Amino acid sequence: MLSIDKLHVAYGQSKVINNLCLDVKPGEIVAIMGRNGMGKTTLMKSLIGIIPSRSGSIKIGETPPESLENLESYQRVAKGLAYVPQGRMIFPALSVRENIETGLTVTGQTTVPPLIYELFPVLLEMKDRRGGNLSGGQQQQLAIARALASNPKVLLLDEPTEGIQPSIIKEIARTLCRIRDEMGLSIVVSEQVLSFTLDMADRVLVIEKGEFVHDSPRAGIDEKKVSAFLSV
Amino acid sequence: MIGDYTYTEFTSILAMQGFAGLTLFSVFVLMALGLAIIFGQMGVINMAHGEFMILGAYMTYLCSQFFSVYLPSLFSIYFFFAMILAFAASFLLGMLVEWGLIRFLYRRPLDTLLATWGLSLILQQAYRSIFGAREVGVTLPDWLMGSIALTDIIEIPINGLFVMGLTALITLGVYFGMFRSNWGKRMRAVVQNRTMAGAVGINTKMVDRMTFGLGCGIAGIAGSAFTMIGSTGPTAGQLYIVDTFLIVVFGGAGSLIGTIASAFSISQAQSTIEFFLSGSMAKVLTLLTVVGILMLRPQGLFTLKIRR
Ligand SMILES: Nc1ncnc2c1ncn2[C@@H]1O[C@H](COP(=O)(O)OP(=O)(O)OP(=O)(O)O)[C@@H](O)[C@H]1O
Ligand SMILES: [Mg+2]
Repeated sequence: MLSIDKLHVAYGQSKVINNLCLDVKPGEIVAIMGRNGMGKTTLMKSLIGIIPSRSGSIKIGETPPESLENLESYQRVAKGLAYVPQGRMIFPALSVRENIETGLTVTGQTTVPPLIYELFPVLLEMKDRRGGNLSGGQQQQLAIARALASNPKVLLLDEPTEGIQPSIIKEIARTLCRIRDEMGLSIVVSEQVLSFTLDMADRVLVIEKGEFVHDSPRAGIDEKKVSAFLSV
Repeated sequence: MIGDYTYTEFTSILAMQGFAGLTLFSVFVLMALGLAIIFGQMGVINMAHGEFMILGAYMTYLCSQFFSVYLPSLFSIYFFFAMILAFAASFLLGMLVEWGLIRFLYRRPLDTLLATWGLSLILQQAYRSIFGAREVGVTLPDWLMGSIALTDIIEIPINGLFVMGLTALITLGVYFGMFRSNWGKRMRAVVQNRTMAGAVGINTKMVDRMTFGLGCGIAGIAGSAFTMIGSTGPTAGQLYIVDTFLIVVFGGAGSLIGTIASAFSISQAQSTIEFFLSGSMAKVLTLLTVVGILMLRPQGLFTLKIRR
């Protein structure tokens, strides 16, 4: 559904993503784990087109796959990629409803699909509040809802659990699984919390210095080995 | 007794000067609205805004000439066509300028300042070459001339009322456009976080172009209104740009209500003080007051209350 081939990303002279390859199957949830500064955010940003990639290809869809690497962000969204950034980045002065509606732009629709409010009932309750006045956890839900509004094939989430209490983390994991089941999309999520990853991912990758150093399905994962990568 | 005037005389003078200031107020509101949209949206300070206004004024002049020569039977309603033409011309020129100049200079405020200033000089010269250096005026249809006598002393100019009505309509339109339409939602999203707006699927470049065009188009309509209070010359826009900046800053950039309130207070203050003192004294007093208030409230009159 999403295939990345030989992706290189750099800030000026410093290379952050090196020769990265990844294939995400339809309906698969892939977790990318890694310590601070290992390139998770950089990878996500280059996938959605906020920072340009140096070389390599990014393709989305199955019949036939479409190239994204030369498109602008909004065109990538139109092709079916959606992005939830680290730190939420909702539009603070827009109401909750308006925030979600911005995600509808590429679909041409004007009303928020009911499924989104079903997934996040709290957003329906607060739909007329300004996004900036929501709590961190609510803003995280809003950012996910906004991304889902564009009816994506692949959802990118950058550290959705950052700064969120453990009970809510469990709930986010459940919601993500539900999103995958009900909307049939693939999810690529970057993470540092192993328990969260094990709650939902089908496959776990570890990134270090811009390269994948470990790749295994969740079933039969060597937890000790992954934790070892994440500590130090 | 106040000075040499009796109390009734004094209030009548206030009222009349107030009504006389209506057209000025309308021109200011429209100018400031356009400038505030462009500045609020893209952080671009458009030094050529006055020239976009003058483009609208020239279009109105052309329209008045055209109708009086070729369509005298419709002359009484030419002003409506003139305003549409003024908007369209400034809107298109605005989009063209954004495409050819502004878009290369985003996030470089000093460069945009210089570039748009250069653009204003180019436009002034272009007007001089095309329309001549002499100032031109429009002929108003009869129904816009004259005034309504409220009391023995108080008279309200009809064209002032007309222009103000139109300004109110346009302002309402802009308000609904910005806060109730999909287009406005996208525009506000781009203002708040350009990168993220792109990443949720908004074509930010297109939004920029439309917004710049819209701001310029509204300036064009201001130019139409302007023809009722002044004569149009290549450099007439320069006189308005400083006042307009003052209004935008005073009202609090990004606040529509603030812009209107500040345009109202500044135009009314000038128009009333002007009657008693000289025009430049009126300017000095208004400026001093505005500076004083801005020292107490640097964010301007109105601001949004949100957590950031
Ligand atoms: N704008 C930038 N310019 C230069 N270097 C950058 C920039 N942004 C990130 N980097 C560098 O790229 C590397 C990867 O950063 P990135 O933000 O992708 O890490 P991360 O894995 O998301 O970390 P975290 O878990 O802290 O979010 C870091 O070494 C960082 O210093
Ligand atoms: Mg990160």
